[in-house]
Amino acid sequence: MNVVVCVKQIPDPAAPPSLDPGTNNLIRAGKLILDDSDAYGVEMALQLVDKAGEGEVTLVSMAPNGETSGLRTALAMGAAKAILISDDSLAGTDALGTAKVLAAAIKRADPDLILAATESTDGYTGTTPVQIAEILGLPSVTFAKKVEIDGGSLKVERQTEAGYDEVESPLPALVTVTAGVVEPRYPSFKGIMAAKSKPVETLTIADLGIDAGQVGATGARQEITDVSASEERASGEIVVDEGDAYQRVIQFLEQLKVL
Amino acid sequence: MSIDKIWVLAEVADGKPITASLELISHAKSLAGTVEAVAYGEETSAIAGTLGEYGATTVHDVGDLGGSLPGAPVADAIAAAIEAGNGPDAILFPATYDGRDIAGRLSAKIDRPVLTNVVGLVAGDGGLITQHAVFGGAQIATARFVGDGPGLFVIRAKSFPAETSGGGQAEVVAAAATESGPTNGAKIVASHVEERTGPKLDEANVVVSGGRGLGEKENYALIEELASLLKGAAGASRAIVDAGWVPYSHQVGQTGKTVKPTVYVACGISGATQHLVGMKNSKNIVAINKDQDAPIFSVADLGIVGDVHKVLPKLIEALKARG
Repeated sequence: MNVVVCVKQIPDPAAPPSLDPGTNNLIRAGKLILDDSDAYGVEMALQLVDKAGEGEVTLVSMAPNGETSGLRTALAMGAAKAILISDDSLAGTDALGTAKVLAAAIKRADPDLILAATESTDGYTGTTPVQIAEILGLPSVTFAKKVEIDGGSLKVERQTEAGYDEVESPLPALVTVTAGVVEPRYPSFKGIMAAKSKPVETLTIADLGIDAGQVGATGARQEITDVSASEERASGEIVVDEGDAYQRVIQFLEQLKVL
Repeated sequence: MSIDKIWVLAEVADGKPITASLELISHAKSLAGTVEAVAYGEETSAIAGTLGEYGATTVHDVGDLGGSLPGAPVADAIAAAIEAGNGPDAILFPATYDGRDIAGRLSAKIDRPVLTNVVGLVAGDGGLITQHAVFGGAQIATARFVGDGPGLFVIRAKSFPAETSGGGQAEVVAAAATESGPTNGAKIVASHVEERTGPKLDEANVVVSGGRGLGEKENYALIEELASLLKGAAGASRAIVDAGWVPYSHQVGQTGKTVKPTVYVACGISGATQHLVGMKNSKNIVAINKDQDAPIFSVADLGIVGDVHKVLPKLIEALKARG
């Protein structure tokens, strides 16, 4: 059971994000860390491989400047190896371009199952995983709250507006997992040490046979023309609770005729 | 590219088109001369009247999917219809689980980019210009496609009002037939409906949400009780959904539901940018948090700096006493 997990390395979400004034793209300089959302995919993959009794977890990631810190975190959790695609031509790539790059790399790994988060914490476009599935000609199941492999077949509980659906699919397939699908493990000290020497294969787009015109800002075929402050809400009233603040809430609700 | 024809994905729930699709049809009517819907499932002729009322003149009927997840087969059908000629200049998808799947798969299939998290859409520069809430809604980014259409847009619920325009029944035409390939492998074998008392989260007049400040899972009962007393719905921040205190269906925010109730009460929620995106446009916001610097206070109309464990029980008791 070989599983590929698509992971994204992002600027620390705790730090204030910034946009490049020229292109209005997110600035991805500085240290990048493993997107929290991807810890669930990595953990899920490790558990599925464990249950199958054989196989391994391969990480696939697209990042600038040969960045690997986020990958080492996931390798420390137990993934076996990583494929990193890093190339200056990839600056400004959109979701579809990213999907083309990741799909080409995933094809080399030839997995039974591909896992990804439902969306990234920094870009939150949310389409890249199913775009990858379409490019690879695979079925996809998104928003999985539970994932099992049973008799060579995929069984997923998929979140819906009304509750959840039980979905089945043959393998190979792609699944996106919601936060909370599993409890991600903390890398052990032994895992962190082992991660340092696990293989990370670094590829350029030329290695994948992808033309620069298909990716980057040109390939994106979209542009952000402006970013401005949105209408601010007028500042509200602040009450420090000394035991009676609940009464102000009730008054407020009465004024709105909610009570 | 000028905008003459727009298609809107009409998703169906409980035998009716979902409100988000009707919002998109009525907005599309203000942008293009011709608005058509794309629908799938068994109910298409039953909903043609409603779709027409809101402004669609034709419904492309993909038909019964035979239990398949909609993503691949509906994307295939739309691609085939575009290929057959008379395709649209733009396609609008509601940001639902299936809407996002269909839009993403179609994007890869026809090699066209897709813009998501759209909250505004206007005509301009010979095409369509989108607006997106970024940085928790503190800023609005304006974007557009460059190059050939059709433009694909995934639009958040409640971005536009749903307004009827007095149109007659839409004409139902069968969408082009397609070959079912390996991409259509995922099948629904059972559907489970979560029991819910009270109004739906994204339709409620009052939403009471809880976050990590509640401390532990058991304290979410305070949120449910307050929501019930106010005849509202109970919501949650991503932090407590991740922690497993409540199901994902309760989540409000970037990856959860967008809500615009008359009153949103945020209890023990710090106001992380991805949460604000889901509730910032509520008409009135009350926040209770013991940290006076919590970002939630910058959007609250009434902010209570206090401990939810102290404020909520008193609030609940006082409301119960009123009868």
